Amino acid sequence: MHLATYVGLLHSSLRTLADAFRAVGDGHGEEPDVKTTCQVLAGRIDGQVERLGPIVERYGEHRESEPERLRAAEFEAGFTGARSGGVGLVRDLQDLYALTSFTDITWTVVGQAAQGLRDQELLDTVTAGTQDTARQLAWLRTRIKEAAPQALIAAHG
Amino acid sequence: MDRIADIWGPRTPHTPGAAWPVRVDQHLEEGLTESDVDRWVQSACVLCSNGCACDVAVKDGRMVGVRGRAEDVVNRGRLGPKGLYGSWQWSDTDRLTRPLVRENGKLVETDWDTAMDLVVRRSKELLNEVGPLSHGFYTSGQLFLEEYYTLAVIGKAGLGTPHMDGNTRLCTATAAAALKETFGADGQPGTYTDIDVCDALFLFGHNMAETQTVLWSRVLDRLEGPDRPVLVAVDPRETKVAQHADVHLAPLPGTNQALMNGLVRELITRGWVDHEYVKAHTIGFAELKQTVEPYTPEHVAEVCRIDANDLRRAAELFGTKDRVVSTVLQGFYQSHQATAASCQVNNLHLLRGMIGSPGRGVLQMNGQPTAQNTRETGADGDLPGFRNWSNPQHIEQLARLWNVEPLTIPHWAPPTHAMQIWRYAEQGTIRFLWISGTNPAVSLPELSRVRAILRQENLFVVAQDGFRTETTELADVVLPAALWGEKHGTFTNATRTVHLSEQAVEPPGEARSDLDIFLDYARRMDFHDKDGDVLIKWKDAEGAFDAWRECSRGRPCDYSDLSYERLRGGSGIPWGTERLYGDHRFPTDPDYCEDYGHDLLTGATTTPEQYRAKQPGGRAFLKAAEYVPGPEQPSAEYPFVCTTGRTVYHFHTRTKTGRSRRLRDAAPEPWVEVSAEDAAELGVAQGDVVRVESERGAVEVSVRIGRCRQGVVFLPFHYGYWDTDSDEHDRAANELTATRWDPVSKQPVFKVSSVRITKREG
Repeated sequence: MHLATYVGLLHSSLRTLADAFRAVGDGHGEEPDVKTTCQVLAGRIDGQVERLGPIVERYGEHRESEPERLRAAEFEAGFTGARSGGVGLVRDLQDLYALTSFTDITWTVVGQAAQGLRDQELLDTVTAGTQDTARQLAWLRTRIKEAAPQALIAAHG
Repeated sequence: MDRIADIWGPRTPHTPGAAWPVRVDQHLEEGLTESDVDRWVQSACVLCSNGCACDVAVKDGRMVGVRGRAEDVVNRGRLGPKGLYGSWQWSDTDRLTRPLVRENGKLVETDWDTAMDLVVRRSKELLNEVGPLSHGFYTSGQLFLEEYYTLAVIGKAGLGTPHMDGNTRLCTATAAAALKETFGADGQPGTYTDIDVCDALFLFGHNMAETQTVLWSRVLDRLEGPDRPVLVAVDPRETKVAQHADVHLAPLPGTNQALMNGLVRELITRGWVDHEYVKAHTIGFAELKQTVEPYTPEHVAEVCRIDANDLRRAAELFGTKDRVVSTVLQGFYQSHQATAASCQVNNLHLLRGMIGSPGRGVLQMNGQPTAQNTRETGADGDLPGFRNWSNPQHIEQLARLWNVEPLTIPHWAPPTHAMQIWRYAEQGTIRFLWISGTNPAVSLPELSRVRAILRQENLFVVAQDGFRTETTELADVVLPAALWGEKHGTFTNATRTVHLSEQAVEPPGEARSDLDIFLDYARRMDFHDKDGDVLIKWKDAEGAFDAWRECSRGRPCDYSDLSYERLRGGSGIPWGTERLYGDHRFPTDPDYCEDYGHDLLTGATTTPEQYRAKQPGGRAFLKAAEYVPGPEQPSAEYPFVCTTGRTVYHFHTRTKTGRSRRLRDAAPEPWVEVSAEDAAELGVAQGDVVRVESERGAVEVSVRIGRCRQGVVFLPFHYGYWDTDSDEHDRAANELTATRWDPVSKQPVFKVSSVRITKREG
């Protein structure tokens, strides 16, 4: 059974995602809504990681390095390097969007397995996680749409 | 009569449901009697959101007095201290009478042509160089409907910029947001006559005794009459309202959402829910129930630092009284999780079906007299006529009405909110900022930042006002505006009641109405529709009102059956019915609603598809959100929570009330309120001067002991620097407040800042 591989993938992708939200929030302190919302969302992802505990115990986990690789590719300058300016904000939020999408589809895959296994606890965890991921994606999409015209058209230099 | 000492005047109690008795308040310039008055001119007071109808006394071409209109539904003749002593007393003081332009760093007088040429030249340069996104407009809650609508058409159809908002973002944005989230569209559900008949009254973060004195008189007439209603106050301070309350809940600032989740949970677990009503007329009960489940009275008591039994008692009163009215204001609107907490008030009413009939209603209040009109006309972050920015049919309607291409009207995202407009200016992408009728250099949070933005070389600032203010002093062009009594127009109060305000006197010097200034700009900019005709076809206030009637036709705020003719004489008239939602059908239909809603925790927008999938079909939304701790918590370094607010004797940044001798004498200087326990611990006594300091700035003010709960201090926000000689920035409460806002309404969080207090030596 390869569920352990996906539990591991989920686990590490959630941790990566929480770190990434915090990094983007801290890096854009001059956008107070971004900072605050990133912190709130990161805190909720921590909660998801916690709820994954019993699942990890039940099925075990194989850690994969994909999310870290993905993150390293997206955040070119590593953990500290939030980009600056309006376009920088859009790009950083877009990276978060990509990472969140990765988590989103990982939840989907694990959810399918949960159905096959008739594991109600896992299904509940997946449902809550999917809802949270949908919220993250919705916020990112909202904020990117608001910021994009000004960043792409009106910013100079 | 001395309304400085006796703020609310004599009582006129009445039995529940009887008409509120008439009591006419009048004040004339010293030495004058009624027989000296040449004529009385119809208007309504603009010194709070209540909109008390009044007549202005005119003698020899000057305003010399004011008298409440007995026949009006809003005030039945009454006026408060600000209306009596601050309505006209400023009119022939140090007014702006000529345009000013900045030359070699100094503002110098000039003529209108020179000033407007400068404005138009810069505007056209930037349109060519960058496009409309270089332009931002920051207006007020003080202009008239006609002026806002004209400004909205200039911005949205003339220039095509989404960057338009008002200082209403600071006062009323959450009222609008909460109504949209719950009911699908803005529009005050209740009416003041509900107060005359209710048997329970809940004031959520609403210090009505100081913010709307005439409305509080109305409440006092019930509290001191037969069949007194019970009163519940939610306020961290021991206000007059709290002193009259049967239950006073004083949650720590920043914890309103926990408190509200607790109240909703009590209603559900104690069985005070009308399940048939909830099933027939609402969506979202299961999620609401699940969300509030952890908020037991004990848990809430711990978070909010209140007594769990007080919470139980308040819930019981809400759950068991037959006719409950709730009002909500800045204690909720300017706090952390503002929209979420305000929606919970709507939820309480929906859970009991307590809406749409006499004595059963919600009043999501406004802070300013004409705030409602910025929301309606789209001079703030909304579209005209409560239209939905993400509904292409609504954009089509506006495009047809104005005869422009739909793509001209920015609708790719919600109109830009004020805090973001200032951020874009800070980043240098908005380079033309036109400020009308407001004083952001005192009223916005984090003033050192606001001043720095206004001083930026790359930002061209136009400021339009009746006086020189802290803001005009940092502008590139200053335009002298006519004020209330010096121009025609209409405005709408917190309960949708529309009043006509007629011109009583000529503006001073070369001052012009805001309407005339906007029309002049439009003419000089040569704005056209797609057939080459002039875009703005009206030339005066009544013409603008008639254009607005067409724009609003068929929308929730439908003015089409109102006219200047109907508004002359008699009482003000509400749009819609006296009370909305008597049929329990809410404006949530996807083709009709003003907004598809948001996630209350993050502000993420609901997509049109997601919204349609809910099939609201005229049902209201029971929106829910967990409580999350605020981003700024007291620390060892900054141990107190500071809230800011109003005093009864002043309005806003005192541009008018500070020029009234009586009001100025009643509250001449700012102060800080500290609890007796905290004062003892700090070793300070009444009158001692202390430094109140946050991470962002500090003020030096004298101490008043009392009224606050321990750990909480209060600063009035009215005081700035125009009437001081010093160059220090040590008086304005907003030196301390943070640039931070609610995720849905985008209203700044003025009520929660961490501060420290030190006694000034020597």
